[in-house]
Amino acid sequence: MNSIAPVQNAQSEPVQRKPIRFNARSFVTFALAPEAPLTEWFARLDQWTENSPGFFAGRPVVLNLNHFTLDAEEIGDLVDGLADRGIRVFAIEAKDAEDLGPDLPPLLTGARAIPVEEPQPAHRPANTNEQAEPARTVEQKTLIIEAPIRSGQSIFHPHGDVIVLGSVGSGSEIIAGGSVHIYGTLRGRAFAGVMGNPNARIFCQKNEAELLAVDGWYRTADDMEPSSRGRAIQAFLDNEVIWVSALD
Amino acid sequence: MGKVVVVTSGKGGVGKTTSTAALGAALAQTGKRVALVDFDVGLRNLDLIMGAERRVVFDLVNVTQGVAKLPQALIRDKRVDTLFLLPASQTRDKDALTEEGVADVISALREKFDYVFCDSPAGIERGAQLAMRYADDAVIVTNPEVSSVRDSDRIIGLLDSRTLKAERGESVNKHILVTRFDAARAARGEMLNINDVLEILSTPLLGIIPENQGVLRASNIGSPVTLSEPSNAAARAYIDAAKRLEGEDLPVVLPFQRQGFFDRLFGRRAA
Repeated sequence: MNSIAPVQNAQSEPVQRKPIRFNARSFVTFALAPEAPLTEWFARLDQWTENSPGFFAGRPVVLNLNHFTLDAEEIGDLVDGLADRGIRVFAIEAKDAEDLGPDLPPLLTGARAIPVEEPQPAHRPANTNEQAEPARTVEQKTLIIEAPIRSGQSIFHPHGDVIVLGSVGSGSEIIAGGSVHIYGTLRGRAFAGVMGNPNARIFCQKNEAELLAVDGWYRTADDMEPSSRGRAIQAFLDNEVIWVSALD
Repeated sequence: MGKVVVVTSGKGGVGKTTSTAALGAALAQTGKRVALVDFDVGLRNLDLIMGAERRVVFDLVNVTQGVAKLPQALIRDKRVDTLFLLPASQTRDKDALTEEGVADVISALREKFDYVFCDSPAGIERGAQLAMRYADDAVIVTNPEVSSVRDSDRIIGLLDSRTLKAERGESVNKHILVTRFDAARAARGEMLNINDVLEILSTPLLGIIPENQGVLRASNIGSPVTLSEPSNAAARAYIDAAKRLEGEDLPVVLPFQRQGFFDRLFGRRAA
């Protein structure tokens, strides 16, 4: 290799020619929106994580407090409560909050374009003018996967449908902003409409799923009609209940 | 250039080491030059199965660290002179291996041998990932039961993402080797049947090794079953699997206890 590095002869002079790089990066993240009363909300959260253990592992979340006014101490307790459950809060979104002090995760502003994921959307009033921009600014893209999804794999596709040409193994998961279509056996977990889309659906040719979820509402294998096992099914949300119906 | 074959499974105790020894010995008997590399640093077993435990001087870790040269560490089998063993270190752990060190050893072995078998440790951590890292082919050893099958599925996911071939956009040739298959228990529904296993893993079948006392006997006397009891049903299944690994198109026979009477062709071809 040709030497194009700056000459480093003088010991005292630090090399300063390489600029520090900054660039803007945009990430999609899960946002948890707690609701009063908090004890009840934590109980529901525990119920959810019990059915989907490990869902939050390695997935830091933003705490959405836009609809909930708490002082710094209460926010601290909330963050600790989540930390006890293995949920790491890396930022807080709160409309009216000033600086929260050095002990709490930093405030985030300017969330936009994507409707904030809400675990229990039905309990919240319909969107008002608080939501800055409509969801349609996000381009809907379909992700097509032409191979089986193996145990332990996690496919996260927040905007649009996921189509799998193959089976989805036990212990794997597909998380889609839109619908999930599986041309094979679903043995793992499928989450449709995770960004807040109650019209998303899950389709599979053979249902051996561990869990089916649409827009935060879910059903585990134990809660499914035994008659739906091993068949081609679709799962959809109607009136806050997941329905699993046979396609054949 | 030889072919590097990782023998892996995710789950422990399914027969990786036994299968490494049996397949390697079967290929060596046909005149191929074969090296068996034990990657289970800290829990080595392949030396025992090969009956070479009293001849180990240097090991894989020594070679990767430059303490010993590869020819010094390779142990030639006393029964088949084209069969060699590179033992693991028993006193170290998996962190003693470096990616660069393994790369050098594998590429040196690839020059000298037709087949380099890498006997993977159980699990999906560093040791297992290093064992599969440079593989061209993978033999995924699976028992016909749900936990083993799911672990194999997980390993296939790693083979498709963490190997050098996968990172280059190519793919490792994967083969399922079903071991400890008990036809009578499968018929009673106490075991998954072969079709279920293959449907879940959607990967071609290399062979079905029947549950057989001869395998344990061979391990205890320190010999691959394909050398000590070549006419045994398990040994014959291994010999056929080795031929398929060579690219021969042999139909897979579903092993039955009463040979000849229930023997029938299984309508599936290995790839």
